[in-house]
Amino acid sequence: MEQKMLLMGNEAIARGAVEAGLQVAAAYPGTPSSEVFSTLASFAKEYDYYAEWSVNEKVALEVAAGASYAGARAIVSMKQVGLNVAADPLMTLAYIGVKGGLVLVVADDPGPHSSQNEQDTRKFAQFAKLPVLDPATPQEAKDMTVYAFELSEKLGLPVILRPTTRTCHVCQDVTIGDIRPRNKTKFEQDPSWVIFPSLAYRRHKWLNEQQETARQIFNESPFNNLTVKNRTGIIASGVAYNYVMESLDILGIEATVLKIGTPCPVPDKPVLNLFEAVDRILIVEEQEPVVEDQVIAMAWKNKIPANISGKHDGLVPREGELNIDKVKVVLADFFEVEQPADSAVETPPLPERAPILCAGCPHRASFFAFKEAARKHDAVFTGDIGCYTLGVMPPLAAVDTCLCMGASVTIASGLSVVEKERKHIAFLGDSTFFHTGLAGLINAVYNNSNIVLVVLDNRTTAMTGHQPHPGLEKTATGVNEKYIDIAEVSRAVGVGYVKEVDPYDLDAARQAAAEVVDYKGPAVVVMKRECIAIVKSSKKCEVDDEKCIGCSKCLKTLGCPALTPAEDKVEIGSSCVGCTVCAQICPVDAIREVEKWD
Amino acid sequence: MGLDIVIAGVGGQGTVLASRIIAQAAMDVGLNVRTSETIGMAQREGTVTSHVRIGDPLYGAIIPDHGADVLLGFELAETVRWLYKLKQEGLAYVNTARIIPVSVASGRSVYNTDALDQHLRNNVKNLFAFDAMEIAAEAGSYRTTNTVLLGALSTMPGLPFSAQQLLDAAMNLIPAKVRDINQKAFELGRRAVEV
Repeated sequence: MEQKMLLMGNEAIARGAVEAGLQVAAAYPGTPSSEVFSTLASFAKEYDYYAEWSVNEKVALEVAAGASYAGARAIVSMKQVGLNVAADPLMTLAYIGVKGGLVLVVADDPGPHSSQNEQDTRKFAQFAKLPVLDPATPQEAKDMTVYAFELSEKLGLPVILRPTTRTCHVCQDVTIGDIRPRNKTKFEQDPSWVIFPSLAYRRHKWLNEQQETARQIFNESPFNNLTVKNRTGIIASGVAYNYVMESLDILGIEATVLKIGTPCPVPDKPVLNLFEAVDRILIVEEQEPVVEDQVIAMAWKNKIPANISGKHDGLVPREGELNIDKVKVVLADFFEVEQPADSAVETPPLPERAPILCAGCPHRASFFAFKEAARKHDAVFTGDIGCYTLGVMPPLAAVDTCLCMGASVTIASGLSVVEKERKHIAFLGDSTFFHTGLAGLINAVYNNSNIVLVVLDNRTTAMTGHQPHPGLEKTATGVNEKYIDIAEVSRAVGVGYVKEVDPYDLDAARQAAAEVVDYKGPAVVVMKRECIAIVKSSKKCEVDDEKCIGCSKCLKTLGCPALTPAEDKVEIGSSCVGCTVCAQICPVDAIREVEKWD
Repeated sequence: MGLDIVIAGVGGQGTVLASRIIAQAAMDVGLNVRTSETIGMAQREGTVTSHVRIGDPLYGAIIPDHGADVLLGFELAETVRWLYKLKQEGLAYVNTARIIPVSVASGRSVYNTDALDQHLRNNVKNLFAFDAMEIAAEAGSYRTTNTVLLGALSTMPGLPFSAQQLLDAAMNLIPAKVRDINQKAFELGRRAVEV
């Protein structure tokens, strides 16, 4: 009997990799991709493959590429912006090619829900000239992963699997398959592994030819499917296919539908068949008009005067995430069907509930201490990517810039060159420090940049689900005896002022903040305290109603979700972990630490 | 047949686990399922929803606006915020306990409990509202609020699995050491609706 499991899309991808005989996995976490690798890490011992959290995406891809050179099947996973970091190896790896199947899982985040942009990995893949598979469901994500390894070996190219949030974080009853035998491995020395200008030209020609080979393979792929019903056609790619099918159902209309699961390159056979079968075509895809542009080019190449709608005539939105409600409107417009208007009920004003730092988050204490010590000197706080980006939320409002991983320190350096009288303080997390922050710090030392780097060291990669990193005593699958101390590294690269502080000790934190504001040259303060989600607290704080004068200082300056107004005083809720930062700033000493009972 | 359930709450309330439990219960009786969850930045005290779809055919995991058969509201204001997901004749099981966001605590927005409460009563025909957090505390921990709401859901007529099957799925997914209090929470959640 076939076995089914409730799997999240990312877990299904991991399962697919295991079924394909995976030998090496490497990744850097990033929403919505993280669970692909964390699932693989937890099964590494059982299925006996190698798995590592790499320091960044470039490193992860290169490790996987090395394994593939020797014939191993390797997978590497990241979020869409992670591919930018891995762009350098990617662009040339496409020329060099691979031996063992190499699958890049690059999760896109239209919306975006948890990202700094909405870049479309399919565009990136076209730039690199690599094939892309675009799963609509977790089941398809699993099936495509297995297929991607085979395709990669057939073409000698890395293959990109590009799920979006609504595949990554969707669960489905997924049918489990058998596990295939492993590839034999040996790296065979050959000049073709060494990229060189003359080789690059030859390989570029080969790479262009492989586009057509891939197109021919995709012409026969089960992931592309044409269902002819009438003379009106829809092409739908990835999760947009789900929305199209459900919209047709809801609107009670029929159409000829071509589902595209391989958007790069789009297979020409089913598209040419569609041109014959219908009079007009609507193309529905998320993000950029990747399929649409290729279909238009096919019509032009085959001298077919096709009537094509989609992004270029403004019918399908190009920004944000698609969903059933948006696609239903697009289809209703295209088919010119009336839609019953939903009776809108006026909703009373709702409280704003944006994501914020958790109760007792050590980052809150760090931001607070630096605000007190440095904001009066008009200091600029450059931020980075992680939970601490939430430091931008009022009342903390302690993040002035955020661009990409590791940019806090380098943006501060750039600002400091222009604003010589002003202090520029960069904030980044421990995992981000190793990812790309360290290069910026070395650059600051080398160029004697007058900046402060505050490392918010919460002993984990918190935002993406608490992955380890080189500063911790563990790896993805075991123990790390040679963990790297951030303060020691900072001293070793020549930073003159390095201090380690517990952010819960506000006096010490304020003192360090005050010292670095006056320090000339690059300085590092490591604010070291575990993320509240990885340690269990036995303490909480409590307000003494007799003493509390209801000044709201704690409420209005910290913005801790455990603090709530009660009558004219303050109450501390069950989410409190007893960080005591509010107790330390209370002007009348009305907050004390007690044992937690729940 | 199909059943669409939207779960609305605040990050950290266990909406993801609740949706997995419902999906697993449906799978265990041989039905197809899809869930979609809020994972990532919004989980940090932000507004979150989970969608559970059971039946055949199933397409995307996101339930259309005004399309949910059931709204499981884990928090008062969040229930009102996501009420537009519920069908006109849909059922709502709602925790009336409030989680006051920092924006309210620091005076940047308001939490008008009476208006929100009234809005629910005026606009939901099949409303079951109770303080699930208090019931959870009675069961042994406020952290079992999600299980209280699952208990409430288990009373729904026409559910494609029995209350026992839902409880079994919950017990399989909940860590062993807190199973007892969750079992109690489930039972108390049932009673909150049945009374």
